[in-house]
Amino acid sequence: MSTDYQFDNQTVNGFIVSSIFWGVVGIVIGLWISIQMWAPSWNIPPYFTFGRLRVVHTNGLAFGLGLGAIFGIFYYITMRLTKRPLMFPKLARFHLYLFNIAIALAALSLFAGMNQSLEYAELEWPLDIVVVIMWVIFAIVIFGTIIKRREEQMYISLWYIIVTVVAVAILYIVNNLAIPATLTKSYHLFAGVNSANVQWWYGHNAVGFVFTTPILAMFYYFLPKSTGIPIYSHRLSIISFWSLVFAYLWTGAHHLVYTPLPDWIQTLGIVFTMFLIAPSWGSVVNGYYTVASDWSKMRTNYLTKFFILGITFYGLQTIQGPTQGLRIVSQLIHYTDWIPGHVHMGTMGWVTMTAAAAIYYVVPKIYNTTIYSEKIANIHFWFVLVGQLIFSITMWITGIQQGALWKATNPDGSLAYTFMEGLVKNYPYWQLRTLGGIIFTVGMLFFIYNIYMTMKKGKTLSHEKA
Amino acid sequence: MQINLYKKPVLFAIVSAVVILIGTIATMFIPMLTPQMHPKLENLKPYTPLELMGRDVYMKEGCHYCHTQTVRPLKTEVMRYGEYSKAGEFAYDHPFLWGSKRTGPDLARIGGKYPDAWHYGHFEDPQKFFPESNMPKYGWLKNNPINPSEAEASVKALGFPYTKADIEKLKGKNELDAIVAYIQVLGVAVAKKPSDKPKSDMTQNPLIGNKEAIAIGKKLYDTNCAACHGADGRGGIGPSVVDNVWLNKEGEVGDGFIYAIIAEGTSTGKEIEGRIAKGGMPPYASQFDENKIWAIMAYMNSLKK
Repeated sequence: MSTDYQFDNQTVNGFIVSSIFWGVVGIVIGLWISIQMWAPSWNIPPYFTFGRLRVVHTNGLAFGLGLGAIFGIFYYITMRLTKRPLMFPKLARFHLYLFNIAIALAALSLFAGMNQSLEYAELEWPLDIVVVIMWVIFAIVIFGTIIKRREEQMYISLWYIIVTVVAVAILYIVNNLAIPATLTKSYHLFAGVNSANVQWWYGHNAVGFVFTTPILAMFYYFLPKSTGIPIYSHRLSIISFWSLVFAYLWTGAHHLVYTPLPDWIQTLGIVFTMFLIAPSWGSVVNGYYTVASDWSKMRTNYLTKFFILGITFYGLQTIQGPTQGLRIVSQLIHYTDWIPGHVHMGTMGWVTMTAAAAIYYVVPKIYNTTIYSEKIANIHFWFVLVGQLIFSITMWITGIQQGALWKATNPDGSLAYTFMEGLVKNYPYWQLRTLGGIIFTVGMLFFIYNIYMTMKKGKTLSHEKA
Repeated sequence: MQINLYKKPVLFAIVSAVVILIGTIATMFIPMLTPQMHPKLENLKPYTPLELMGRDVYMKEGCHYCHTQTVRPLKTEVMRYGEYSKAGEFAYDHPFLWGSKRTGPDLARIGGKYPDAWHYGHFEDPQKFFPESNMPKYGWLKNNPINPSEAEASVKALGFPYTKADIEKLKGKNELDAIVAYIQVLGVAVAKKPSDKPKSDMTQNPLIGNKEAIAIGKKLYDTNCAACHGADGRGGIGPSVVDNVWLNKEGEVGDGFIYAIIAEGTSTGKEIEGRIAKGGMPPYASQFDENKIWAIMAYMNSLKK
């Protein structure tokens, strides 16, 4: 058994290292496009214009950094919760290679402008097939391991892992149905209003089942592990799990408020979006009450604050998101910079914060050592926190301003501002956003250095008994 | 039962799938089977091979990340962009390109708003038209020729009607030609409604010679008019505004005439004082109130000297 475990840890390790690598690529491009927003001379055609780089940024971070960390940590968690090595370790290793090949090809094809133009489903059809194969392999390893587990009860994190696999399978396959014209060009099978409805059903649930359920799986596993305090309420976890999974799929239309999509679908989407506050906050409350039995952990255990701040931003995100769905709010902030502000609170505040803490926990374990420096981890924490807050807050301010200028009228009813007059008022905020991004990036560099030094210190991957 | 569920992974996965499918079926699959999701306006035309290639360029360059293509049914939005978007306008859009962010303006009604020359010029150098614009330059698209066989594969895949001649005509066309052709058909299936124009009861510019007004007018002219009519007013894409040729006909006109052209544009086909408005200038009535139009005219007048 122990030799199998050594092998499995290498796969976990491989995913973590890959995730960090793609994270650096995605973050650097993020900084670049943030500069392009206020300095158009930073566009270098044809490969490095905003329209091509933005999609490499989103895919690189959502699927390179995000999924890389998710796959690695899911393997780690699943082995521990099933008390056995992975079912098909060689397949898992192949999964790691295929993941990196897929992300590399994805980045290259997106630079080349091969773009289905569906947000978060941009990859052209041959790569879609590769992605599906990759998920099928992951599903086989994960389900095989869970079915052959040596611990009868499945812990909360395993529920979230299972539902992630099931949901991604349904979502990804349906929205990527396309009519191929050539090897590198295809057209969405669906058209017009219907195409919009399918895409945002997918798009919103990509957020749900890549940025929410997997991160909750990490949260529910690592918060008790790193604090030593069991989760406050098992019943609350059950209720929030099922209501979250049920409600999420109804909400995509909140991305299409005031579009020609039939009104009843929009309204249904808004209603379920409001409902979604409850299960989201179920997890927030569960997290707070867990640590509430000993708040001194915020001081004494360096990882606790990552998880608590992470779940706090998740809580704010899941209040802000539903608010944005309301028609009266949507008409002011939709299409403005408020939205990137919202998205980045989730990705920088919740996803990256929680995943980084999970990596801090996992790496010393698999290298059989301790973290290189808690002090550097603390510096990392404050930099990414401040950087993210600058990013989000500046975008919220300028987003409201933009929306208000678009709607402003003169006493005689004519429009008060031309589009350009509204646009130029964004520039100072866009510049501040770049500053926020730089601070966040510096924080991430501290994180990477800390992880690298920990790996160096540990030297070899540990042999763990099942 | 509930206790067992957390000990049976396969059952758990099946129950999860069912729970996921309820919302999916209700809000996605069922609507898809009804005609309300497949509306089509009667005069909506499928894209020609050239337009479709232009749409491909639009997708390839990620234009939809900065430009939306849907006008919301909100008063100010309709004033700024034109009639709000109808469900039946998008039947040939695989996929929809409504977008999610408006870094640049909405393009749902851009078709026919400006002449082709405006778009070629603007793609080449957006900052020449709007000095503070953050749009990247796209003149380099003209170096990329359209591949007729790829275009044929695309129209065939989508089942759009085309002739061999359409494909033949693509020879020598480039990506810039294609995207301009695409831009020019955006939103044209819905008839343009005359915009709410700030009518003026005056036939004489009350601000002629007013220094303050001329300063305001200069600022407005430089950001909105100079790209086509030249910083000195002597013309470029559009005609000179400092001579006495108006709508291709020489002869002095009254202030009310020029006011009407700025407010309504020159593409209305209307007859004004014996001249036909058949040019490429868009209307500015929804952007400028009465005083601003008079101020621009005061500045134009000051350029004559």
